[in-house]
Amino acid sequence: MTDTDVRRVTVEREIPHPPEKIWRALTTQHLVEEWLMKNDFALDLGHRFQLSGDWGHVDCEILDVDPGRSLSYSWNHAHDDPAYRLDSTITFALEPTAAGTLLRMEQVGFRPDQKQAFGGAQSGWKIHLENLEKVVATLD
Amino acid sequence: MESPTDILFKALADPTRRALFERLCLDGEATVGALTAGAGISQPAVSKHLGVLKQAGLVRDRHEGRQTHYRAQQRALAPLVDWTGRMNRFWEARFDDLEDLLKRMDQ
Repeated sequence: MTDTDVRRVTVEREIPHPPEKIWRALTTQHLVEEWLMKNDFALDLGHRFQLSGDWGHVDCEILDVDPGRSLSYSWNHAHDDPAYRLDSTITFALEPTAAGTLLRMEQVGFRPDQKQAFGGAQSGWKIHLENLEKVVATLD
Repeated sequence: MESPTDILFKALADPTRRALFERLCLDGEATVGALTAGAGISQPAVSKHLGVLKQAGLVRDRHEGRQTHYRAQQRALAPLVDWTGRMNRFWEARFDDLEDLLKRMDQ
């Protein structure tokens, strides 16, 4: 595995609510369903669960819990088409601030087929698809 | 055998098909007749292009009487779009929903 095979996404947001409340939303099954996806989540180390949407599901396993501060679980998506496959880990970290909480989500994934999928693409492709996606995004 | 990703790339490699797909993304559902009106090519040619888009999973068709309505399946683009950008937007949207939920939890 080289560095270029690793995909990392970090999303950070300061939220005007206390960490305890956000922790509840991140770790309570029916609340997780409200903001993320349908699930059979339980806050136990090693617990395996699924997050499911109308497009399929993600297989997860609780990897690390630091109550009120951080939560990690695996986020794996199996698919017949390698271009859709994904093995990743997500970590939520909560840090109290004067205004509430700094919530940080980091997803680190490994997709060996990503480059292959783009291999035959011409240079203009990516830009075209990004523009197209902007159009698509305005429709939601 | 061609992978679904190859089929997708080929379907979108043609500018006429891209234009048809973009038009469906913007307009929602449209009939072959309506799509032909703006395409500058014959109706059989439009139908043929729509068939290729359908095979790639980019459009779905629905028959109503003698008319066939086509609709864009934007989710079919997923494997072509940069993973990092896509996941970033996914999580930003989830955080929006989380904030909405937190507001409701106050009540």
